Amino acid sequence: MPFAAAGLGQQFLDSFTFMGNNTSHLLHDTLATIALSGAALGVALAVTLPFAVWLGHLHRGSGMAIRIANLGRALPELGLIAIFLAILGIGFLNVMVALVIVGIPPILANTFTAVDGVDPDVVDAARGMGMSELWIVFKIELPLALPLMFAGIRTSALFVIGASPLAAIAGGGGLGEIIVNQASYGFDGVLAAAIWVAALALLVQALLALLQRAITPEGLKAQARARGEKVVVGISDAERAMEATPSHA
Amino acid sequence: MQTEDDTAQSSSPRQHARAAELEFKNVSKRYPGADKPALRDLSFKVPAGEICVLVGPSGCGKTTAMRMVNRMIDITEGDILLDGKSVRGRKPAELRREIGYVIQQIGLFPHLSIGDNIATVPRLLGWDRKRISARVDELLELISLPAETRDRYPAEVSGGQRQRVGVARALAADPPLMLMDEPFGAIDPITREHLQNEFLRLQEALRKTVVFVTHDIDEAIKMGDRIAIMREGGVLVQYDTPDRILADPADEFVARFVGLDRGLKRLALSKLSDLSLDDADSVRDGTPAHGQANPDRVVFVDGQSRPVGRLGRDREPEPIGPVGNPDTSLRDALSLIMSDDNRPLVVVDADGAVAGLARLDVIAGALASHNGRDAPAEARS
Amino acid sequence: MGLLIAASGPVIPNFGGASDKCAVNNGFFCWNWFTQHWGSTFGPAVVQHIILTAIAVGIGFAIAFALALLAYRFDWMETPIAGISSFLYTIPSLALFQILVPFTGLTRLTVEIALVSYTLLLLFRNIVTGLREVPEEVRDAARGMGLTQRQILLRIDLPLAVPAIFAGLRVATVTTISLATVAAFVVDEGLGAPIFDAISRGNFKTEFVAAAALAILLAWVADLLLVALQRMVAPWAAKRRSSVVPRSVVRAIRGRRRPISAVRET
Ligand SMILES: Nc1ncnc2c1ncn2[C@@H]1O[C@H](COP(=O)(O)OP(=O)(O)OP(=O)(O)O)[C@@H](O)[C@H]1O
Ligand SMILES: [Mg+2]
Repeated sequence: MPFAAAGLGQQFLDSFTFMGNNTSHLLHDTLATIALSGAALGVALAVTLPFAVWLGHLHRGSGMAIRIANLGRALPELGLIAIFLAILGIGFLNVMVALVIVGIPPILANTFTAVDGVDPDVVDAARGMGMSELWIVFKIELPLALPLMFAGIRTSALFVIGASPLAAIAGGGGLGEIIVNQASYGFDGVLAAAIWVAALALLVQALLALLQRAITPEGLKAQARARGEKVVVGISDAERAMEATPSHA
Repeated sequence: MQTEDDTAQSSSPRQHARAAELEFKNVSKRYPGADKPALRDLSFKVPAGEICVLVGPSGCGKTTAMRMVNRMIDITEGDILLDGKSVRGRKPAELRREIGYVIQQIGLFPHLSIGDNIATVPRLLGWDRKRISARVDELLELISLPAETRDRYPAEVSGGQRQRVGVARALAADPPLMLMDEPFGAIDPITREHLQNEFLRLQEALRKTVVFVTHDIDEAIKMGDRIAIMREGGVLVQYDTPDRILADPADEFVARFVGLDRGLKRLALSKLSDLSLDDADSVRDGTPAHGQANPDRVVFVDGQSRPVGRLGRDREPEPIGPVGNPDTSLRDALSLIMSDDNRPLVVVDADGAVAGLARLDVIAGALASHNGRDAPAEARS
Repeated sequence: MGLLIAASGPVIPNFGGASDKCAVNNGFFCWNWFTQHWGSTFGPAVVQHIILTAIAVGIGFAIAFALALLAYRFDWMETPIAGISSFLYTIPSLALFQILVPFTGLTRLTVEIALVSYTLLLLFRNIVTGLREVPEEVRDAARGMGLTQRQILLRIDLPLAVPAIFAGLRVATVTTISLATVAAFVVDEGLGAPIFDAISRGNFKTEFVAAAALAILLAWVADLLLVALQRMVAPWAAKRRSSVVPRSVVRAIRGRRRPISAVRET
């Protein structure tokens, strides 16, 4: 076993040597991971957003939205991939379906909660002034729901990127391919890829946090300041929105 | 009179404000699943340019009645006519753009600047940029907010200012009808009074038809040209001017609702300018007064006839106390008189010169003469 | 370990012995094969999975609780603690397991360190928010009745934070059960092990499905048990419909209904 053979520092040194020698390979796999995760996130958004916004706008199906979200979060990523290995076999489709399913719950729960929770008096005023329902959704509810919705998207990205290396066991490619293939790459390769995956996940989260700050409407920031609350909600708040009610009990 | 000048000034924004006549015709409302109707056979007419206040205890259906006008709530039976035309056939969104809408919680859009909030309906109506911008400036001036406020966000102004912005936003497209649901309900008493006066001043100039919901009878008396008093179960009990409702409550319920002090409340509706004043014996330059028959009538004045002192009951000169002016309500005048040993109140005119004296029995007589005029068929004790 | 062959490995299919026709044909789910291997494979894997999870959530809760009390006492500590636990939470599980290997080897310790670090954010946030959401006027009333700082924490803040704490426990437990499958990359334990076994058999479907289904079932049962436990610990909070509603509303509801009676009870 590698850790027995070399000292602690040596193992990390080796992994950095691996990075130096295989930079283009790692970059290539990183791009593949980004493409895979991005595509899965995109599909999850396209499938979930309209549905969740619509439910939230109508204030309907809160039980269902939260139940789907909770059901989703009880699904182990590895187990999902395994089940789809049984159903769809090895390949891109399997991985894609599994990652999309992983990505949906936070988007669903947060988008629903955010739109459903928009101040009803604000919506009443909008309607009373003669805004059409579509206008209310796009000009009032979505801007006001944006921070919490975006927190859900961040969480979803976190889940998807977190699961993407696992997808390698089903032929998903990317950096996970190296991590699960110690026989070919050695432990220095595994460690190098692991460090890159971790860095990628952290980088993406940092960028999304900046983006979230940028797209949060100024008026909401002013409101939060006036109330002494924080403006930008983080991944942990998104997790709170997903917390289970004892609905299935 | 000076008030005419005032009016001409503040009405500058729009001289020919449109106003619509509003009529409820046998309107009933039953919410799905409710066993009793929320409104029963409601009929009344609000003449163009008047403020009609819907007042009554909580749950009596005021909000329901108001929200049926702009079709935020569907009418179950009957009809509501705006300038003779039914609202039932109108597209709700279009109808609502023609009706100003103010709610207690205001509902300003927190992500839009004050200016953009005010511009909401003009944008929906497709006005061009220049016109919208000019209108926003005009409205900010109308509600006496500094022009810089237009770029602030709702969270960055005070509660009273937010409420004014809510009114301005409703006025933006110059609607012929305004619906206001407890617009000043959630505000401290001092700011509320300020906003009430400000709105009355605006209304003086704009002359909109207004449906104003409150559960506070004092606010109703102050704001309303007409008051519709409703009771539990959505029944209209009395629809009349404030003075007549106070002078002649339709039944026990109304009498209790307006309160035992309704006589005093009525006094609040009249001003000293409605009263015939006694002449005062003005004494200039502190010349000692001798041989006056009634010391209560003696007022020492300066060169401009402004009161500086009075003669006490002990015939010793004393400095002048509080004085009334033509706008002082009879209720306040009464209070001042009673806290001054029932001596007549010195009343000054707009220039501060002594105009006369208001006597306790004259004020009491005014109340009686109102009764005589307004309730000829008086049948109660 | 580390023997994982990706999909393409030239494995000769060996679907659990020739005796079972369904298994030989690699059917979607072969009940017979499953029951035959319950004792040898799945039963132990479930037990190991429960142990991995229980240890992780237990230790995670202890650490998060201590940190939450610290952050509750010293406001400034909340941001750095939340930042560090978010950082840990963000690292993909497979990567974190591998990065820990040089430190602690292919051991259960590695697995537990990783699993514990994933529970921290969820538990810490919920406990702190639960404590913070106790309305100030309730605390004020308690202070006015002569309760000391410590009594307020024990009798007011903590009891009222119970629903939030349980919500955090539930999310953390379900998450840990899900992540514990990944532990099989490091140690041959838990419900991830049969999944790797299935791969080494040449993608044996029954084993995939059984392992995944058991993991999902486990998560679901654990969640139900925690709900039941919460009802026992804090029966008054059972009807709370918190999470669908935004926090401000939750605060308003709790501010009006709960705390006042809770103060009277104490
Ligand atoms: N959406 C609804 N569905 C069913 N019943 C309703 C609905 N809205 C109001 N009601 C009922 O109709 C009656 C009238 O309500 P409404 O809100 O019009 O009263 P209100 O006079 O405005 O009271 P408040 O002074 O409290 O605002 C009440 O009994 C209320 O419970
Ligand atoms: Mg109302």
